[in-house]
Amino acid sequence: MNGFIAVFKREFKGYFATPLAYVFLVIFLVFSGYLMFRNGFYQIRQADMRSFFSNLPVLFVFMVPSTAMRLWAEERKSGSIELLLTLPITVPQAVLGKFFAAWLFLAIALVLTFPIPMTVAYLGNPDIGLIITGYIGSLFMAGGFLAIGCFFSALSKNQVISFVLSVVACAFLVYAGLPSTQAYLSSFLPAGLASAVAELSFQSHFDSIQKGVIEFKDLAYFVLIIIGWVWASGIILDERKAS
Amino acid sequence: MINVQELKRSFGQITAVDGVSFDVGKGEVLGLLGPNGAGKSTTMKMLSCFLKPDSGTASICGHDILKDPVGVRKTLGYLAENAPCYNEMSVGGLLNFVCDARDIRGAKRKSALDKIVPMCSIESVYHQTIDTLSKGYRRRVGLAQALIHDPQVLILDEPTDGLDPNQKHEVRQLISNMACDKCIIISTHILEEVQAICTRSIIIAKGKILVDSTPQKLQQEHNCSLDEVFRKITTTK
Repeated sequence: MNGFIAVFKREFKGYFATPLAYVFLVIFLVFSGYLMFRNGFYQIRQADMRSFFSNLPVLFVFMVPSTAMRLWAEERKSGSIELLLTLPITVPQAVLGKFFAAWLFLAIALVLTFPIPMTVAYLGNPDIGLIITGYIGSLFMAGGFLAIGCFFSALSKNQVISFVLSVVACAFLVYAGLPSTQAYLSSFLPAGLASAVAELSFQSHFDSIQKGVIEFKDLAYFVLIIIGWVWASGIILDERKAS
Repeated sequence: MINVQELKRSFGQITAVDGVSFDVGKGEVLGLLGPNGAGKSTTMKMLSCFLKPDSGTASICGHDILKDPVGVRKTLGYLAENAPCYNEMSVGGLLNFVCDARDIRGAKRKSALDKIVPMCSIESVYHQTIDTLSKGYRRRVGLAQALIHDPQVLILDEPTDGLDPNQKHEVRQLISNMACDKCIIISTHILEEVQAICTRSIIIAKGKILVDSTPQKLQQEHNCSLDEVFRKITTTK
């Protein structure tokens, strides 16, 4: 447990020790706000946050890998992994410590979008429950992307490579579920297979949470994605830490 | 305190360490010598449980490196080659992180820091970012990090590499002062260092131990300086 807490604390502070955290937060907040209004928040004339949440998957495809890429790639490149893993810290403790620190950082980024629900509440009477489930869905989706980013960061010593690979993997998981992709896939795939692809994607699960329904299968999807990819990054690290 | 049995490790085709065995007891300072690529660092990495050996094992203070790696790391102070550090952290931040990881808290942490910071003479840079430090200071921060829990066993990979002569002298003195109640392994290319601080030296090349003796004995046997002895042993075989 000591190892986990030590890594968690160090990693979380590490975000704010460099300008990275501030650059990330500013860009994320500007874009999430901008896309919301560009999507016609005022024109719809509804006091809800759908136009905010619907942009998040695409935004996360780029933003989350950029927080995740440094997790292990930097550590392996600078050799500090040798310091970390010769302390009484096991690989699972280190992997989980880093993952949860990055997740907390993303949670803070989400919390900092609080002016948007406040604006919505000022303009009308939004369904608070819907906003809360929207945020819960976003947090789990961020965790899923982060787990993928964590894996690719462990895979390569080069931050740029790990960033590109995880953007591609995340984009695949988002775009597989978009209506346009589905229309294309169902033109030549059997119906069952096309919907199986949709079920694999982040989009469909995020959409249903966003509608205010927290179903077991949607949460289980994100939890399994997180556990699977984080576990895989532990295995990769054990294998490659010294190379 | 350190017992190494037939450690082997290869990377692809290359056998880095090929059946190395030795024992080191309390009060001994063992110098690992050898040309580049001889397997010194690999041996040390296996002892610090960073690398897993292909076969063979070792135990440190009774903890087996395969069965109880966390126990080994708790009793061990390790300085890796080139003293890697978290560059964006301050010296104080790094030492506090190491204390966190080693579960040194409260008054114990304060006394550990009060002791180690002057001992490695890093008071003046305590609040500085590690990125901005010179090589010598980085090395000393690495040493401080390895010594903070007052370990019984110390493994130092080229602790004086890249330091100026004064700093080398200081680090050597630091090691000699601690030597009597600890068990220390250092690796080095500098043979005068072996003469100055080591009570025993092992010369390895191509992953095998060629000589296990004291520096004095080696000189007497070959009747020449340690430099020449080293050359004779590692080039003829």
